Amino acid sequence: MLELREITKRFGEVLANDRVNLAVEPGTIHAVVGENGAGKSTAMRIAYGFYGADSGEVVIDGVARRLASPEDAIRLGVGMVHQHFMLVDTMTVAENVVLGAEPGSRFAVDLAGAEERIRELSRELDLTVDPRARIETLSVGEQQRVELLKALYRQARLLILDEPTAVLTPQDVAELFKVLRRMREQGKTIVIITHKLSEVLAISDAVTVMRDGRVVGRVRTRDTSAAELARLMVGREVLLRVTKGPAMSGASGAPVLAVRDLVVQAPDGAPRLAGVSFTVRAGEIVGIAGVEGNGQSELVEALAGLVPRERTSGRIELLGEDVTALPARRRKERGIAHIPEDRHRRGLVLDFDLAENAILGVHDRPPAVAGPGGVWLDRAAILARTGRLLSEFDVRPADPALPARALSGGNQQKLVAGREITLPPKLLLVAQPTRGVDIGAIEFIHRQLIALRDHGCALLLVSAELEEVTALADRLLVLHQGRIAGEVDPAVASAEEIGLLMTGSQRAA
Amino acid sequence: MLAAFVVGGILVALLGDDPIETYQLLLGSAVSWPDGIGYTLFYATPLIFTGLAVAVALRAGLLNIGAEGQLYAAAFITAWVGITFPQLSPWLLVPLAGLAAVAGGAVWGGIPGLLKARFGAHEVITTIMMNFIAVALAGYFTQYHYKKPGDPILQTVEMGANARIARLGRFVPGLPERIPLNLSFLLALAACLGVYLLLWKTKWGYALRATGANPGAAEYGGISTARQIVIAMALSGGLAGMVAINDVLGYRYRYYDGFSAGYGFTGIAVALLGRNHPAGVLVAALFFGALLRGGLFVDIFTEHVSKDLVQVLQGIIILFVAAEELFRRGVRGPGRLRGKV
Repeated sequence: MLELREITKRFGEVLANDRVNLAVEPGTIHAVVGENGAGKSTAMRIAYGFYGADSGEVVIDGVARRLASPEDAIRLGVGMVHQHFMLVDTMTVAENVVLGAEPGSRFAVDLAGAEERIRELSRELDLTVDPRARIETLSVGEQQRVELLKALYRQARLLILDEPTAVLTPQDVAELFKVLRRMREQGKTIVIITHKLSEVLAISDAVTVMRDGRVVGRVRTRDTSAAELARLMVGREVLLRVTKGPAMSGASGAPVLAVRDLVVQAPDGAPRLAGVSFTVRAGEIVGIAGVEGNGQSELVEALAGLVPRERTSGRIELLGEDVTALPARRRKERGIAHIPEDRHRRGLVLDFDLAENAILGVHDRPPAVAGPGGVWLDRAAILARTGRLLSEFDVRPADPALPARALSGGNQQKLVAGREITLPPKLLLVAQPTRGVDIGAIEFIHRQLIALRDHGCALLLVSAELEEVTALADRLLVLHQGRIAGEVDPAVASAEEIGLLMTGSQRAA
Repeated sequence: MLAAFVVGGILVALLGDDPIETYQLLLGSAVSWPDGIGYTLFYATPLIFTGLAVAVALRAGLLNIGAEGQLYAAAFITAWVGITFPQLSPWLLVPLAGLAAVAGGAVWGGIPGLLKARFGAHEVITTIMMNFIAVALAGYFTQYHYKKPGDPILQTVEMGANARIARLGRFVPGLPERIPLNLSFLLALAACLGVYLLLWKTKWGYALRATGANPGAAEYGGISTARQIVIAMALSGGLAGMVAINDVLGYRYRYYDGFSAGYGFTGIAVALLGRNHPAGVLVAALFFGALLRGGLFVDIFTEHVSKDLVQVLQGIIILFVAAEELFRRGVRGPGRLRGKV
């Protein structure tokens, strides 16, 4: 159905695809896996006509094609669903589906006909989508189905899905996989780009593994294992399971963070966090699970002191002291460290060098300046600290004079994590610690977080990766629409149980 | 840069003069000793101050279009101090007037900073407005309170001898005292060094640059970005205000309406060309100073080319520098949608 032959693509200095060969058989689900920056999205965007390849050819239905734009690919029956949906929020499902391929005459759009066709398509796949619903009223999972319909409406026979599960709840993922299997039964071909190995094993027929712009492995799914795929992706053996002992102090540890009735409003006054109360003790990791956008980001930002006072209410105590009114800087001084969810927006100054980034947040106290109240930055001391940080956290390349921009996502994250972990903090707020980070670095960061816990630090961990929070947390709180929907023991709770809480259903038991 | 001169040369040829000769004249008159160098440095002095002013603001992420108004406010207040306290000893009066210059500029720059920090008013708009207010207010006070009666020119009375700083000709052998190059040139050099040390070697500079490079990360690092905005604008205004030390205390000895040849605006070009670094600002200001000096001679000694050529050259250079900047930031690659690779 689809074949890439010797595809090479450069972006400036970066060799994104290096002689990539890939073959997708018709009527199968084919997974393209690899770490961030491995070149999988680039390869598939070339197949979709979004980028032109520098050399090599795209073969569709056995014929080498010249794809000048996605329109050419669509005409040949190739559709793509991007990670970030391309839908117009204020328009209906039907309007979005036909956008760019409006049926009817030159002047009038035949929406009724389109709606009928959409209903037909939905029936075939057993999807429940109302063609007249407005996009903004739909859940993320439903929006994704609209994207699928959009491609099918254009008679796609080959569908490329770019990280389709990144924003979904476990239930949505299961639902999506059912739809994909039904599509395969109808003879469609599906390419799914992902870095989640459990999903690869669950859904695909064949796998192509990429690393550093090259194809490093082609296997049948039934002949492989997660361990083998991980080894191919990273290039060395990887520990997939987080090994951690029981929380040492756990329930008996001293409360470090106590939150009472915390409310956070968006700038427009909409409530994002609607009264949340919980405690985090020394030596434990409390996990926060939930579908993204249910108040997790606001919770962490409010605890770090980054939300203006007039948009919050409630009470935040650190080691018995009321810190509600303190700005970020004073909270940092009292031992709150923070690994932010967005390292580019919050965690790093990309134009600053690694040494300057290593003192972000502590630039006004020793050792960055000589003595308390010092004014002059002590470059020698800063370099010494940075050098230790880079080697301890295995940041590469370990050159303190390099701008942070020059590092890969994984190395940037290790720098941020290292800076915050080595403060050392009494309370560490951790948001999406491994987002966009390769498997090798994920394993490393997880081990560091557990080591910090075992040293008696209190950790609050927010992650969109359910596997990550359940593996790391000692207790798990589930947020839904700004409230705590329930608390579970991650060691015994099933993914289904947590997933139900994430969608707001009350616990059955 | 070279390309800009080539384009300028083509223009000269089109106008009917020999480009090579014109450039020789431009350069020769700018670096001759003592007049060329003396005047080049004199013209460069205010541009160093305004270039630094714009650069400091840009480092904090702010575009200060108001250096012009800040230096007008400073110049008037400086002249006012000089006129009002003529009996003070020069050892007291000169520093006092100099401080007034810095303070006047700092206040005039600090107000837009405050408006931005407190209400989110955009500094480009407010500084432009503050430009008009400064020029008009200074003109009003000069016209009705500080003008010599009957003087047709809009300027204050002259300050006494105690409010003047020495011309460099007094100390440098071979440099005649008629050239207005004065001690404030040395102050400008010191300001370059000072700005460099402040921005890159102190925790205050760190906070200011972090605010400009990534406000979100600065906040995360416990830096009050609102405070940095006010500080940066006041600092920027103070640097712009130092132009008054050169012009009022070192050259005209009075406030003169329209004294600034657009120093505040040229400062934007100087900062841009100097890549917002004090060393770069110094080089760019000297270069622009030389263009100004040479431009006068080109005006006089060529048949068709006027000193406007210099402005055309300036414009072309800025255009090329800006284009190069855009190019460096990487507009290369697909512009349609920059996703992940």
